[in-house]
This record gives sequence, C-alpha cells and structure tokens, in this order.
Amino acid sequence: MKELLLGNEAVARGLYEAGCRVVSSYPGTPSTEITERAAEYDAMTVEWAPNEKVAMEVAGGAAIAGARSFCGMKHVGLNVAADPLFTLSYTGVNAGLVIAVADDPGMHSSQNEQDSRHYALASKTMMLEPADSEECLQYTKRAFELSEQFDTPVIVRLTTRISHSRSLTQTGERVDNGLKPYTKDAQKYVMMPAMARPRHAFVEQRILAQTEWAETSPLNTVEYNSKKIGVITSGACYQYAKEALGDKASYLKLGCVDPLPVRLLKDFAMQFEQVYVIEELDDFIETHCAKHGIAVIGKAVFSLLGEYSQSVIAKTILGEEKEFLATDIAVPGRPPVLCTGCPHRGLFYALKKLKVFVSGDIGCYTLAALPPLSMIDTVICMGASVSALHGRNKADPANAKKSVAVIGDSTFIHSGITGLIDIAYNKSDSVVIILDNSITGMTGHQDNPTTGKTIKGEPASAVNLELLVKAVGIERVVVVDPNNLQATENAIRAELEADGPSVVISRRPCALLKYVKHSPALAVDKEKCVACKMCMRIGCPAISFKDGKSSIDPTQCVGCGVCKQLCKFGAIS
Amino acid sequence: MSVKSIMIVGVGGQGTLLASRLLGSALLSQGYDVKVSEVHGMSQRGGAVVTYVKYGENVASPVVRQGEADIILAFELLEAARWFDFLKPEGKLVVNTRQIDPMPVVSGSAVYPEGVLKTLRAAGAAITAIDALPLAEQAGSEKAVNVVLIGAMASQTDLPVEVWQAAIKATVPPKFLEMNLKAFELGFNYKQS
Ligand SMILES: Cc1ncc(C[n+]2csc(CCOP(=O)(O)OP(=O)(O)O)c2C)c(N)n1
Repeated sequence: MKELLLGNEAVARGLYEAGCRVVSSYPGTPSTEITERAAEYDAMTVEWAPNEKVAMEVAGGAAIAGARSFCGMKHVGLNVAADPLFTLSYTGVNAGLVIAVADDPGMHSSQNEQDSRHYALASKTMMLEPADSEECLQYTKRAFELSEQFDTPVIVRLTTRISHSRSLTQTGERVDNGLKPYTKDAQKYVMMPAMARPRHAFVEQRILAQTEWAETSPLNTVEYNSKKIGVITSGACYQYAKEALGDKASYLKLGCVDPLPVRLLKDFAMQFEQVYVIEELDDFIETHCAKHGIAVIGKAVFSLLGEYSQSVIAKTILGEEKEFLATDIAVPGRPPVLCTGCPHRGLFYALKKLKVFVSGDIGCYTLAALPPLSMIDTVICMGASVSALHGRNKADPANAKKSVAVIGDSTFIHSGITGLIDIAYNKSDSVVIILDNSITGMTGHQDNPTTGKTIKGEPASAVNLELLVKAVGIERVVVVDPNNLQATENAIRAELEADGPSVVISRRPCALLKYVKHSPALAVDKEKCVACKMCMRIGCPAISFKDGKSSIDPTQCVGCGVCKQLCKFGAIS
Repeated sequence: MSVKSIMIVGVGGQGTLLASRLLGSALLSQGYDVKVSEVHGMSQRGGAVVTYVKYGENVASPVVRQGEADIILAFELLEAARWFDFLKPEGKLVVNTRQIDPMPVVSGSAVYPEGVLKTLRAAGAAITAIDALPLAEQAGSEKAVNVVLIGAMASQTDLPVEVWQAAIKATVPPKFLEMNLKAFELGFNYKQS
C-alpha cells in the first residue's frame, strides 16, 4: 500500500517492518515523531528514556542481547550520546543497532546548526542519508542488515525537510526473526585496554571493508544526463538539485555518506567539465574529495550556513532567478510566544520583579527570553542552567544572591540533576527553580519520568522531585504556584536571602494538557481601565491594546488570572 | 504535467496543518505525486507557520521558494504579506481578512501595517479576500474557519468538487462531517464582493 507519510513516520514503519524489538529515545525536534509513531506498534517495546545517553545504552544493550534495536534523537542529542556511540563502535553488535539523528539546517527549532556527519566519521561507524519518505523506510531496513553484516552501529541521518515532509511511501509486512542467541565474549563486549586494542584494529579493517562496499553499493546511484555539469549530493539537497537543474546536470546521489567511496567519486567526477558538491552545513563530502585529489566546487560558491533550496542552487549554478511580486510593506516578525494560561508566565514575571540574573535552559520557558518578559540571560544546552549558575556564583559570589537558574521538569531529569548534585557537593550558594509543568512541553507533550505515565500512556512510577533534591543534599526546598504572583515572588526572595543552596519547585501543569480545567475568560472593564498597560507586561497573546484601552480576546483567554493580579485598578474580572 | 505549488500560511494554532492534510489527501486521490512539507516545533506557539504542498507527475523538492507558488492560502492578513513574494506573478492569493497582532505589535515595538490588502492588490496579484469567521459560524462552528478557507482555495484549483468532499469525509470525524461539508461549500461558493 502507498501512503503519504512523514519521513519520521516512514522511519517508524521501517523499524516495524525490519523486526525491530526495542526502541529507546529522548524527544527532540525534528526527530520526535519517529518514536511516537513507533509506540503505536504493539510488536515493539518502545520507551522514552531520561536522556539520549541512556537511550543509546538501552538500545546498545538490547542489540548485544540479540534484539534488533533503535534509538532516535535530534542532532545535539548525539553529543549527549557520543560516549556510548564511540565504544559501541568497538564492541559492535549482535542483532542490528540503528540510530536516527535529525539535523536542523536553518535552525527551525534548535540552539545550533551542527553537522552530525562528523560523528559517523569520528566514531568510525556508518551513516545512511535518505532523500524522501520512501527512502526513510527502505534505508531504515537496510541499516539493520548493514549493522549485522559489518558488526557496527549504523546511523540514519535525517534533516528537518526529510523528517517533516510527507511523500508517497510503499509499506510492507513485518519480518521478525526473533532474538538472536547471545554468546559470552569478553574480547568483544568488555572494553578495557587489553580487549579494546584488538577491537580498534577490527574497526579499522571494518572501515576498509565498508568503503569497498560503498564503491558498488546500490545505495549510491549515478544518473547520467548532461556532460557539462556533474553534481555530487545526498539527502534533501538531491531533491533541491534535481528540481533546480533537472537534466541539465548528471548526478551522483550518495545514499551512504560515511564511509564515502573513492573510485566511484573519481570515476564520476572525471566525466564532467564542472563538478559541484551540493551539501548543507559543513564541507564533509568536499573535504573527502579534496583528500583524494578529486577537483570539485563546493563551499567556494555555496554557504556553510542555513538551509539550501532549489532557488539557491539555480541561482548559484545557472544564474537563474524567479520573478516575483514585490511590495514595500514592513512586515513585523511573529515570534512564538508562551501560550495563554502558560504557568511559566507568572514565574518569569516574579523574576522580573526581583531583577535577577537568570541562567536559562531549553524548553518552552526559553521563550521568556523574548520581549516583553526578556528575563533570561544565558542559554547553552540542556542542563547547563544549573551547572553554569554554580560556576557563575563561584566566580562572582557577591552576586550570587541576585542570580537563579530555571529548568523544566524534563530537562532537569535529562541532565539538571547532575548539576544540582554539584551544587550540593561543592557548597554553592545557588537558587535553582524547577519549572514543573508535568510534561515535556516544547517538543509537543511527551511524558517523562516525572509525569507518572509511559509513552504508551500506561501508569508508571513518577519521580518525586522534592525527595530527589533533598536526597542529593539540598535542605531548602519549597513548592510554589506560579500563578500566584506575590507568593511566588516572596518565596524566591526568601531563598535568595537564605544562605546555602535552595530549590524552588514552580508547580502547575501546562495549560494545554487535556485534564487541565480552565476558568471562564476574563474581561476588561473599560470604565476602570486607565491605560497604564501593566497587564501588557506579561506578554499574554490574549491581551491587546485597542482604542486606548486594554482588551482581552475571549476566544483565547483561559482565565488564569495572572493579568488580574497586575491590575491596580480592578479593571479585569 | 508540470509541478504545482500551494502554500498554506498562518499563525500557529489556526489549524493550517489540518488544511494541508486535507489538501494532500485530495491530491493523492487524483493519482498525483505529492509532497507536503510542514514545520513542527517552535513555530507552533503562536508563531508564523507555513506548509508547502506540491503535486504533479514527479515532485522533487518539498519546499516552495520566492516566485514559485501557484496559490497561497493565507489564514491571516499579515502572513499573506509576509509570504507574498513567494507567489508567482500570475499566482492567486486567497486570504482570510482576520488580523491577529503578533507580540511585537502587542508590546508596542512594531505596528501592524495599514492597507495591506490594497497594497497587495496594487502589486498586481489576483486576490480573493474573505472573512471566514461569519461563514464558519453560519456552518455551525467558529472552529470550521480552516475548512471555509480550504473551500475558497479549492475553487481556484482544477480539482472537481467531489474530490474535496471525499477528502473531507476521509479526514474529519463523522460527528462533524455535515458541518464541515457546509463550511467547505460556503467557502467554495464565496464570490468576491
Ligand atoms: C540534548 C537535547 N536533547 C533534546 C533537545 C530538545 N528539547 C528542547 S527542550 C526539551 C524539553 C523541554 O521540556 P521541559 O524541560 O519539561 O520544559 P517545557 O518545554 O515543558 O517547559 C527538549 C526535549 C535539546 N534541545 N537538546
């Protein structure tokens, strides 16, 4: 049957058809739907892990036990999971181990634009790159076979446009070959120096064999058209190039981007007057060509930044541009905002009143960095809010009483807890605020170890945050309702004044959760409104200023009451 | 047949994703090769959202760029202006006249431009401007705004009306079917006054 599937859905279908038995992932745009869709198949054990390192270790353990296994993540997730990846490369697998990593050229929803292909090269594994949903399904299945054939983890690299585009996909049946027998083999599975040295030699041999395979693999395909222009490309760029150049160019499409072939590239490149390497982000393929003396044009004409498209390629190679209608309208930006009723809003307003330095983290609450709240000073990576605050407070103790860290519940479990242990252990005078909205919000509502539910919606044990932070040595722990502005401000002020570390848990479920009951919409009494615009300071999308007065959109307001607490004139009720 | 490109643009939360899914399934039933490109994540929280739908014999790139769209369906006026240069000079714009202030306008650091529709018309585009909310209410629910807009856009394509109706039947729950079919019809039959 042919279906219109997202790239991510097609990967999930590929897992199912390949007989994959264990899936463990941590969410991250644009990779999340792979695991969400995989969870719809009862034939697989599918789980959210606390972070990507755990996910990859779960999948690695399952593969060694003899089950085809998988973990998925966004590009920065692979930084977290790099440690197990590099050594799983040495142990190899038993049953196939496939990892999907989704890069985000253009940074639609990421904090950096790193290129994951370097990880395949550095870990000496293998990386396939599909160019549409059909290939997402087929390559996922191929990846399991290659993993078993070469005894290596195999990475499937996606990018936003592949993960989040729908295209026609032929689906098939599941073939499950059961659990492969596990045989104890310390030389292969116990990585300590004496055993790891011969395994490193194995890895180097393996790469040679994989490279030889890549020379003739049907995953790397050549399409001959014009003798003038040759294009070497992969993934989404292949689609852009085809649309821009059509049969004005010939193509070498690389379905396997690591290891790269040598003879195949040389033989292809030789035949054209001009050879372009078209690849988003880094000059990965180009560098390989240069190393082997293959003359190509790449980043000399194409950018290292952002997403490509057919128009970028048509302009660069053919000098062609489309006509369009222009106007001089100054269009204001429309950045994403905290939703109406979002519990993060009250918390950040309290911080604004306290005029503190805020060591920020990644989640919906990062939006509080934007006006009008503008209440985040730094954001680095998941978990860094806590540890970076500790570093700051050690460097500048005089300002420790004017600094806090903010971190979401999912992010705290992912990698904030280790920073908090550091704070307790190294006697830090730091205040950490956990924004517990009972869900992983930013990536679209995934359960996590604090929510009491598994990915399949089954009841699970829930981390007790109060007990957890006490157990690591934090004695001062308070819980506040962020929609109560005064109480929240008072509680944080008290913890800032107190000596020693504290944790404030700002607790209220995400306003978009189905079980959250909303109050009736509020309205502005135009007689009482003096147009002071106090209520506009919280960045609520339901509040606007019309005809000289504040006004609340009744279709958007969920009655959270935060604006009402700000109005000194009692105009909102 | 050469590839046709449609863009659906709006504000996160307005139901643009349902619209693109409906469109995708209508085109699929006609035997076209179809690609639909969505952006999830950050853009959902009230930010600007865009979906590309491309169809034809053989679609390569899933995205639409400047000067390439045959039709732009804009759920909000400012968003029509934001993506206007993506329209082909001979392309068609179907726009909901509702205005939703973005946060920089709400917080006073930017202004919502005036006379957007007039400026776009003056630039030479073929525009259908429609206030979809009263039509949706007439169909039975303010939630059906997106289906009214799909109807208005559908009348600009060469797909027969039955194909759209079948796609709606396949996509919406039976409970809301009648209301959605009505909403579609009101949009489809809308004549620019
Ligand atoms: C290493 C890494 N993995 C995944 C992500 C994607 N991501 C961004 S924020 C976030 C979780 C946010 O959840 P939470 O901390 O509970 O805050 P909320 O969005 O609910 O406010 C995730 C998974 C990331 N940025 N980095």
